[in-house]
Amino acid sequence: MYPTKYHKPAAVDAAVKALNSGDDAKFLAGGQTLLATMKQHLASPSDLVDVRGLGLSGIKKAGGVVSVGATTVHAAVASSADVHPALAKLAAGIGDPMVRNMGTIGGSIANNDPAADYPAGVLGMGATVVTNRRQIAADDYFEGLFTTALEEDEIITAVAFPQVERAGYAKFKQPASRFCLVGVFVSKSASGVRVAVTGAGSDGVFRHKGLEAALAKSWTPAAVDSVEVSEDGLLSDIHGDTAYRANLIKVLAKRAVAAS
Amino acid sequence: MTKLIMTVNGKKVSRDVPDETLLSEFLRESLRLTGTHVGCDTTQCGACVVHVNGTAVKSCSVLAVSLNGESVTTIEGLADGGQLHPMQKAFNDNHGLQCGFCTPGMIMASVDLVAKAKAAGRKLSEDDIRHGLEGNICRCTGYHNIVKAVAQAASEM
Ligand SMILES: Cc1cc2nc3c(=O)[nH]c(=O)nc-3n(C[C@H](O)[C@H](O)[C@H](O)COP(=O)(O)OP(=O)(O)OC[C@H]3O[C@@H](n4cnc5c(N)ncnc54)[C@H](O)[C@@H]3O)c2cc1C
Ligand code: FES
Ligand code: FES
Repeated sequence: MYPTKYHKPAAVDAAVKALNSGDDAKFLAGGQTLLATMKQHLASPSDLVDVRGLGLSGIKKAGGVVSVGATTVHAAVASSADVHPALAKLAAGIGDPMVRNMGTIGGSIANNDPAADYPAGVLGMGATVVTNRRQIAADDYFEGLFTTALEEDEIITAVAFPQVERAGYAKFKQPASRFCLVGVFVSKSASGVRVAVTGAGSDGVFRHKGLEAALAKSWTPAAVDSVEVSEDGLLSDIHGDTAYRANLIKVLAKRAVAAS
Repeated sequence: MTKLIMTVNGKKVSRDVPDETLLSEFLRESLRLTGTHVGCDTTQCGACVVHVNGTAVKSCSVLAVSLNGESVTTIEGLADGGQLHPMQKAFNDNHGLQCGFCTPGMIMASVDLVAKAKAAGRKLSEDDIRHGLEGNICRCTGYHNIVKAVAQAASEM
């Protein structure tokens, strides 16, 4: 790893200042992605600004909205009685216990890996990404592979999940990495049905309008049968081609509805 | 460089370390605690697992300086004098190792797994143990005896 300078500020303003005073500074949370990237020399930040001293850990429930602090680790979400069980299940299926003890929700959605779990949960629940500057609807937040609406020096402070009537998640793991070969998150609420697919899109997480329309008519696994899932824009790699992933989207959508 | 103060296996240690030093490097190279193994260095294999404030983490994926003031336990800190920890004894009793390279990480991960289950009042099934050790890879044993060892220790801890 190339040399770097570590900072651990205790306030958001100080963190932004530290970030802007480095040549090529980066925020650090659980380090479960960033440190590996640095070891491979794919990143060589001059400064690391640790966001774990900012008091952004913890889960709060108020008026039906569950707010998960950005530095809350996956293990804490997995064992929380306040978050929707589908979200707890999603967090419990990330990586392995040690990764869940360190990795954070903020780090996961800032990174926006196309095979990560949280993007499906955040988009599928219609959550809001809260930063030190603004609130960003999930629909406007995920912009493509490893790309989000965040500015360089913008800090995610929390993710706010609205109340939903039903929600379910199903994931087909890539057995070696444990990331999603495909993952589907479904939810139903007063504002409609949402189906978010991760692991499959060549542009990262996306909503599937056809599945949403079918499930809005009938919230049953069988409703998925009639939906045409196109291979266009899907990922293809040694683990699965586009046809395989298109089929998995339907299989997992059924399982997610059944689990809801 | 940062002056790092940490409690390791119950003893206070203090060293000046470059900020990019990994916890695994700090333990092995600065403190010469070579029981913590580095297998992959890519957060996959679990040979490097230690406890930070009682919770299992992969020490190859944590910056040492981020743990200023914290408490770390390595495999060297598990036995009580000459008395092996029940998890260490169980691995020995059940032949839960062959070459032994994965063993420190397996044991540290298993101790946390059992402790968390106990705290939550849950009994660990064989399935729970297998899932709980998903982050630890063993190239020798085929896992059966490791699972037996963890089950035995769970009944003793
Ligand atoms: C072996 C292994 C298996 C894994 N399996 C899975 C899996 O199955 N599913 C899955 O979804 N993920 C998986 N992961 C990834 C894991 O979930 C990571 O926790 C996550 O990708 C990054 O979170 P982190 O807190 O470690 O962030 P870091 O690595 O510290 O940071 C990641 C990026 O986010 C930025 N960042 C961090 N926090 C903030 C913030 N608050 N505001 C703005 N930017 C921020 C950083 O600058 C950096 O660019 C796995 C990782 C490993 C090592
Ligand atoms: S050396 Fe840390 S996980 Fe393999
Ligand atoms: S005993 Fe050799 S790797 Fe596990």
